[in-house]
Amino acid sequence: MTMAAQSPETVARTAAEQWIRMYRKMVSIRLFEEQVNELYTRALMPGLAHLYIGEEAVAVGICEALRSDDYITSTHRGHGHCLAKGAAPDRMFAELLGKEAGYCRGKGGSMHIADPDTGNLGANAIVAGSVGIATGAALSAKRLKTNQVAVCFFGEGALGQGVLYEVMNIAQLWKLPVIYVCENNLYNEYTHYSETTAGDIPARAAAFGVQTASVDGQDVRAVHGIATRLVQNARNGGGPAFLLCNTYRYHGHHVGDINREYYRSKEEEQRWKTERDPLKLLSAWLIDQKLADAALLDRIQSEVRKEMEAAVKFAVEAHYPGVEEVEQDVYA
Amino acid sequence: MPEAVQRELTFAQAVREALAEEMRRDSRVCIFGEDVAEAGTPFKVLSGLVEEFGTERVIDTPISEAGFTGLGVGAAMTGLRPVVDIMFGDFITLTMDQMVNQAAKVHYMSGGKWKVPMVMRTTLGATRRSAAQHSQSLHAWFSHVPGLKVVLPSTPYDAKGLLKTAIRDENPVVFFEDKMMYKLKGPVPAEDYTIPFGVADVKRAGDDITLVATSSMVQVALGAATLLDEVGISAEVIDPRTTWPLDEKTLIESAKKTSRVIVVDEGYGRYGVTAEIASVIAEGAFYDLDAPVKRMGAMHVPIPFSPVLEDVTVPTEHTVFEAARALCRRS
Ligand SMILES: Cc1ncc(C[n+]2csc(CCOP(=O)(O)OP(=O)(O)O)c2C)c(N)n1
Repeated sequence: MTMAAQSPETVARTAAEQWIRMYRKMVSIRLFEEQVNELYTRALMPGLAHLYIGEEAVAVGICEALRSDDYITSTHRGHGHCLAKGAAPDRMFAELLGKEAGYCRGKGGSMHIADPDTGNLGANAIVAGSVGIATGAALSAKRLKTNQVAVCFFGEGALGQGVLYEVMNIAQLWKLPVIYVCENNLYNEYTHYSETTAGDIPARAAAFGVQTASVDGQDVRAVHGIATRLVQNARNGGGPAFLLCNTYRYHGHHVGDINREYYRSKEEEQRWKTERDPLKLLSAWLIDQKLADAALLDRIQSEVRKEMEAAVKFAVEAHYPGVEEVEQDVYA
Repeated sequence: MPEAVQRELTFAQAVREALAEEMRRDSRVCIFGEDVAEAGTPFKVLSGLVEEFGTERVIDTPISEAGFTGLGVGAAMTGLRPVVDIMFGDFITLTMDQMVNQAAKVHYMSGGKWKVPMVMRTTLGATRRSAAQHSQSLHAWFSHVPGLKVVLPSTPYDAKGLLKTAIRDENPVVFFEDKMMYKLKGPVPAEDYTIPFGVADVKRAGDDITLVATSSMVQVALGAATLLDEVGISAEVIDPRTTWPLDEKTLIESAKKTSRVIVVDEGYGRYGVTAEIASVIAEGAFYDLDAPVKRMGAMHVPIPFSPVLEDVTVPTEHTVFEAARALCRRS
C-alpha cells in the first residue's frame, strides 16, 4: 500500500466495509442462483444450469483479492465466478435466456459467459477446458509486463485431466502469474471424488514445485486471506500457486438433478447447510464482532432480492437475437 | 509475381523469412513449441530465429501439445500473437480440444468479444519412411470445424505470403507444411507481400481436364500435366491454397470450362478434402460435366513403413496421369 498511514478507526471501518461488501456479493450469488432455479422450474430457461449455491465464499473470497483487469477463467458452474468478478445480473440472466442483451448475445448461455470488461476470459463447459487459456493469459501478462494475474477456477473433477498437469508444469517452469483454484465440492457429477482421485490433491501440484495451500472454502475470510497472499506473490513475480478450496454444492449437479440419494444422503446435505453455510458463518462473525447488526444484513438481503427481481424482469422482457445473427461472429 | 524476381529460396527458408519479417514488424508475435529455439525444429525450419529474437519470443516448451496449444489460445486472447509449432501433423490429435472446443469457439461463444489471433504450424505428408504415426495428412479434420481457417501452401512463394496473412489474421489459423517439400526451391520476393485466403491459384492453365490439387499434390499434379501434354491432353492445375475459406468460384469455373475434374489431396480419401471439393464442383458445375468428378487421396490404410507398401498409398504423377487419361477416354 502506498497510502498514508490511517487511523485505527479508519482501518477498522474499511475492514468492516470490505466484509460487508463480500457479504452482499455472496448474497447476490445465492439469490441469483435461486432465481435461476425458479426460471428453470417455470420452464422459462432453455437448457440446464449448474448452481453455485453453497460455494459462494470461494468465488467471492478470491475475486475480491483481484484487480478488475485481472483475468479469470470459469467452469460450467460459473455464475458465481462471473458475478464475483463484477458481471451484471441483468445481462447474465439475459444470456441464460438466450437474449441479445446477454453478455454473449445469447450465443453462449449459462456455461459460456465471457466479459472482457471484467477480465472474464469465459466459462468453459469442457472439464479442465480453460486451464491452458488461463495459463496463456498469465504468459501474456508476464511478457507484456502488465502485472495482471490470472485465476483459473475448476472443480475437483478436472484433476482427472492430463492437460492440467501439462500447464502447471509450464507455469512453474516459466514462473507465470496464475492461480489454479480447485473447488472440491466432493462430487464429480454423481460420483464421490474419492472414487476418482488417488493420493493427496495438493501434493500433485507440489510435485511441480508449485506453491500450494488448502483452505476451508466455506469461510470467506479464510479464502480471502490466503487468496490475497497468493495473488500478491504471483503479481510480484513469485510464480503460480495451487489453492484447494474445500466446499459443497447444496443443489444437484444441475437444476434437473433432484433425486440425489443414490449418491449422497439428505443428512449430509443438511449438515453442510446448517453447520457450514458461508453466509451464516460470515453473518454470525459480523454480528459477533459488532461490525454489522441483523437489521443491516436483512436490509442487504432485501435490496439484493429486489435487484435480482428487476434483473430477471429485464431478461424476460429482452428480445431474442434476429436469426440473421446465427452466422455472425464465427470469424473475427 | 513481379517478373524481376530472381531470388530463389527453399520452402523452409520462405517459412522462416515470413516468421522473421513478422516478428520484426510486430513485437507481439512469438513462437512456441518443442525444440523450436536453439534446435530450430528437427526440420531446421526455424534455425536462426532464437539468435535474432531471443528465448523470450522463441520459446522451447515441454512435450505437452495440448498444454502449450492451450497457452497459445489464452495468450492470443490477451494480447500476444503466438505461432504454435506442432512438430508432426499426426500430433494434432493431442491438441484437438484446445483447437476445436476452445480456439475455434471463443469468438462465437463470447458473442464476438474475445478473439484468438493464433497460428498453428504443423506438417503433413507421407513417403518419408516414417510409418503410421509420422506420415498422415490430417488437415481435413480442422477444415471440418467452423471458426478455424486452414492453409496448405504448395510453393515457397505461397508459403511466405500465406504465412504472413495467417499471422496477421484475427482468427485461429492452421498452417500445414508438406515436410517433403522443405527443400523445394522457388522464386520468393525479398519484400513484404501477403496472399489473401480463399483465393485459388491457377498453377497451370489448360482446356481438357482440371486437376484440383493441394499442398504436396500440386507438384504431383503438375508432373502429371506434363505427361498428359505428351499424349495431347491439356490439363489445368488449380491449387485452392486454403481449404477454408474455399474459393468455390474458381474451382467451379474451371470445371465448367474443362468439363472433367480430378481432385488430388494427400489426406485420406474417405470423408476428406477431396470429397468436399468434388461435391462443391458437382453441385456447381453438374450440367457442364462430362464425367463424374474423380477423387484421389491417401489409401484408407494406416501409412505402412516398408517403402514398397508406403509408395502405393498416395497419389503419384503416374497414377494421376493414368486416371486423367482414362477420364478423358484416351488411351
Ligand atoms: C471433458 C468433459 N468430460 C465430461 C464432461 C461432463 N461433465 C460435466 S460436469 C462434470 C463433473 C465435473 O465435476 P467437477 O469438475 O468436480 O465440477 P462440479 O460439477 O463439481 O462443479 C462432468 C463429468 C464435460 N463437460 N467435459
